[in-house]
Amino acid sequence: MKQLLVISGKGGTGKTSLTASLAAMSKEIILADCDVDAADLHLVVNPDVLEVHDFYGGKVAKINPSKCSQCHQCVTHCRFQAIQVELDSLFWDTQVKIDPMLCEGCTLCRYVCPTGAIDIDNNLCGEWFVSDTRFGPLIHAKLGIGEENSGKLVTKVLTTAREIGEREERQLLIVDGPPGIGCPVISSFSGTDLALTVTEPTVSGLHDLERVLDLAKHFTVNCVVCINKADLNREMTQKIIIYCQKNEVEVVGQIPFDKRVTEAICLEMTLWELLNQGDGEDRTLQALKEIYRKVISLIE
Amino acid sequence: MGVNSNLTIVVASGKGGTGKTTIATNLARALSREDGDLRIPQEMIQLIDCDVEEPNSHLFLRPELLERKEVYISIPEVDGEKCIQCARCSEFCVYNALAYIKGSILIFPELCHGCGGCSFICPAHAISESQRIIGWIDQGKIGKMEFLQGELKIGTPLAPPIIKQLKEAIDQDKLTIIDAPPGTSCSVVSSLYGADYVILVTEPTPFGLNDLKLAYEVVQKMQIPCGVVINRADLLSSGGDISVEDFCREMDIPILLRIPFNREYASCYARGDLLVDQFPDLQKAFIQLFMAVCANKEGMN
Repeated sequence: MKQLLVISGKGGTGKTSLTASLAAMSKEIILADCDVDAADLHLVVNPDVLEVHDFYGGKVAKINPSKCSQCHQCVTHCRFQAIQVELDSLFWDTQVKIDPMLCEGCTLCRYVCPTGAIDIDNNLCGEWFVSDTRFGPLIHAKLGIGEENSGKLVTKVLTTAREIGEREERQLLIVDGPPGIGCPVISSFSGTDLALTVTEPTVSGLHDLERVLDLAKHFTVNCVVCINKADLNREMTQKIIIYCQKNEVEVVGQIPFDKRVTEAICLEMTLWELLNQGDGEDRTLQALKEIYRKVISLIE
Repeated sequence: MGVNSNLTIVVASGKGGTGKTTIATNLARALSREDGDLRIPQEMIQLIDCDVEEPNSHLFLRPELLERKEVYISIPEVDGEKCIQCARCSEFCVYNALAYIKGSILIFPELCHGCGGCSFICPAHAISESQRIIGWIDQGKIGKMEFLQGELKIGTPLAPPIIKQLKEAIDQDKLTIIDAPPGTSCSVVSSLYGADYVILVTEPTPFGLNDLKLAYEVVQKMQIPCGVVINRADLLSSGGDISVEDFCREMDIPILLRIPFNREYASCYARGDLLVDQFPDLQKAFIQLFMAVCANKEGMN
């Protein structure tokens, strides 16, 4: 099974719309949504959720006030400013409080506590799902609010998708990647045969493209580029093409700005499905076909 | 209606690409205009770009960068001579940044969070800490307005320590505008900490709505007052998806500003120019946005 990752650096360039269209154009695929922080792919592929699993990642400290001797050793040693001394509501006494949002679960506070007042809990940090869609299985997830997007949940989604994909003898795993260049993106690189990088002809689009291509290079992931909304600014599109030539990254296609991208989302369908209702001469449709053809030939 | 000129306002959104940077940079510019209506001295405004994975505010504000500081975290270093190979450090480390393999301790710096636990617990005092660069903080000026941004070093996974350090630069006496990273994870929470008000930027699509709900959940959990800006408000001729407006009404979240989709605006943004410099009616709209924030904030108190 081959693995195609769709990333962008900058958010909102069209990763999810393109991922969904590629899924609609392919056969024998499995989908993974690795944007666990703000997953949207499910909104256009209408999944039937078959399995829901809790995801525990990392640890979080909890204090038992009745055992606390107010020595404040934990406050001194915590490097994440997660433990604070607060006045109680009547201003009579102080109380040690642990902020679970700042706690990184290092467990040093428990170690230094002389009275055993600190417990460490496993942190329920999200959920992941196995679903069925009209294109094939979808593995997706929802990170809990304010949780560390350490890449562990991304890894869970990705390894589960690989397992199911191999078992069902799927030809291609298409991964909707997270934005940015941090942990989750690095985790989503694992096992990738080709990363399709979606950008837009804006100064931000180019700036973020440069950073995400650098990141991919750092981890020796093969990249190609697709320019979305390419006709919104021809000059910037040209700049992106020149940048890609210089860095020997192939530009596999340009998609024109098309309001039907948003229309498709509102209709809960993929752009490909919406465009296929019209005639075959459509520019956007041709652009999608071209990208699909090139990506598939490069990945095989 | 009073103007509160020492607020810390964070511009955030669940979804990427909705226009956080556009709102943050244009708001800063609109407020810092010398001939503006509000007469907030430029030196009393600061803009902080906390989207350290992809910092873009500088592309639009073009600050004069004056200083670059490195951001470090402490990572362990094991003195092989002193190490008694008890492996307590590797047992202690929840991030698996230390491993005891074949009689020696191996260190994986990318996994280290810099908690300092290993060096603290080592009975042989064999672990010291060295500094590892994870990014940079740039400081600069746009006219007299203060500009700060963080940049994550490529290949480094840890963004929150940079954001935390960036936020130490917040001056409580100044009007601070923060450009936050997208999403709802700990980077966003770090950016939101201590904010007086959050502007949530969204677009009228099912993606925009889904991600607005997530962002709103974060803000609610942190108990920070917020309002919404709907970007590309009329993207579809049909009027688009009205469910974003419905959601705001239902949750009683004020809609502070609607910016229509306009090819001219899109092309201005694409070039890296500020909307308020090109379109006088948007200058007015951004001042009104700020007034709406102040009024909403005041109403809460």
